[in-house]
Amino acid sequence: MFTYILYGLAGGGLAISFFKDRNKTKMALRKAWRSFENILPQFLSILIIIGLALAILSPETITVLLGTRSGIWGVIGAAMIGSVTLIPGFVAFPLAAALQKNGAGYMQIAAFVSTLMMVGIVTLPLEIKTFGKRATMIRNILAFAFSLIAAFVIGVVLK
Amino acid sequence: MKAFLKRYKVFLLLIIVNIIVGFALPEIGLKSLNLTKKNFIEMISVIPPIFILLGLLDVWVDRATMMKYTGKNSGLKGVLIAFLLGSAAAGPLYAAFPIAGIMLKKGSSLFNVFVFIGAWSTTKIPMLTFEAASLGIHFMITRLILSIIGILIIAGITEKLLNQEQQKKIYEINQ
Repeated sequence: MFTYILYGLAGGGLAISFFKDRNKTKMALRKAWRSFENILPQFLSILIIIGLALAILSPETITVLLGTRSGIWGVIGAAMIGSVTLIPGFVAFPLAAALQKNGAGYMQIAAFVSTLMMVGIVTLPLEIKTFGKRATMIRNILAFAFSLIAAFVIGVVLK
Repeated sequence: MKAFLKRYKVFLLLIIVNIIVGFALPEIGLKSLNLTKKNFIEMISVIPPIFILLGLLDVWVDRATMMKYTGKNSGLKGVLIAFLLGSAAAGPLYAAFPIAGIMLKKGSSLFNVFVFIGAWSTTKIPMLTFEAASLGIHFMITRLILSIIGILIIAGITEKLLNQEQQKKIYEINQ
């Protein structure tokens, strides 16, 4: 659905741009391709890493880790799994809902969801390309710490 | 050819690893291959419009406009715009980095770009509706309130921990 909106926006934008200035449109497309090609090597590598990681860490394994071990270790474990996995929200939320129904606590789930979205270990190379090493490290460490705090608050509020 | 090999060496290495895994543990190898294929198709179908919009943004929005709305002196309005830009987005976080790069190139302030990244990562509107549907509205709202505070704090601290020289460097790599 949102992909269609995105395509609609891009298509509409291109049409208006083409109507206004052909050369600029050509330049925009060339720039689009160049920035894509720029991230392609990292992008392809990340895809393979995700494939391998998810093949080894099955949903069952994840459920066992988060469901049985509650408490602080469960939260930290969940946060670590969330940091290294890279699955789209449309997959993650149903997974989180399933975990919750199978006995995982809100705290663990919040830690998993937050780190999943904010911390990206596998995408570090891409982030470094834009922000450099230092800023990338700072942002990810802070996001990890924030996720733990948010998890505890959610765990307390939603008891 | 040599340049190609150099740029793609990690990728090629991973393919070799995957093939070795495939021979040693056929089940996991096949599963990872299928997952990679599925992810690839999914991602390659979202990516073209993002990069086209990126190209258009780069060509049509000039530095002065971007600076006026999200630059150093854009104040609260700039923060709000960065936040809404990130929240209205679709797509995974790694798609946000090239856009952040363009914002930096056009003169957005670092703080606002970090707010944009934060918003993109956790407060995307489509994701919020999905989160509420899966985990309940209370879970979603509690996390949203915490996230808004967290995004601002993270952006603030990240910017503060970078000295003048380091900030200049970030702008330089995005020129």
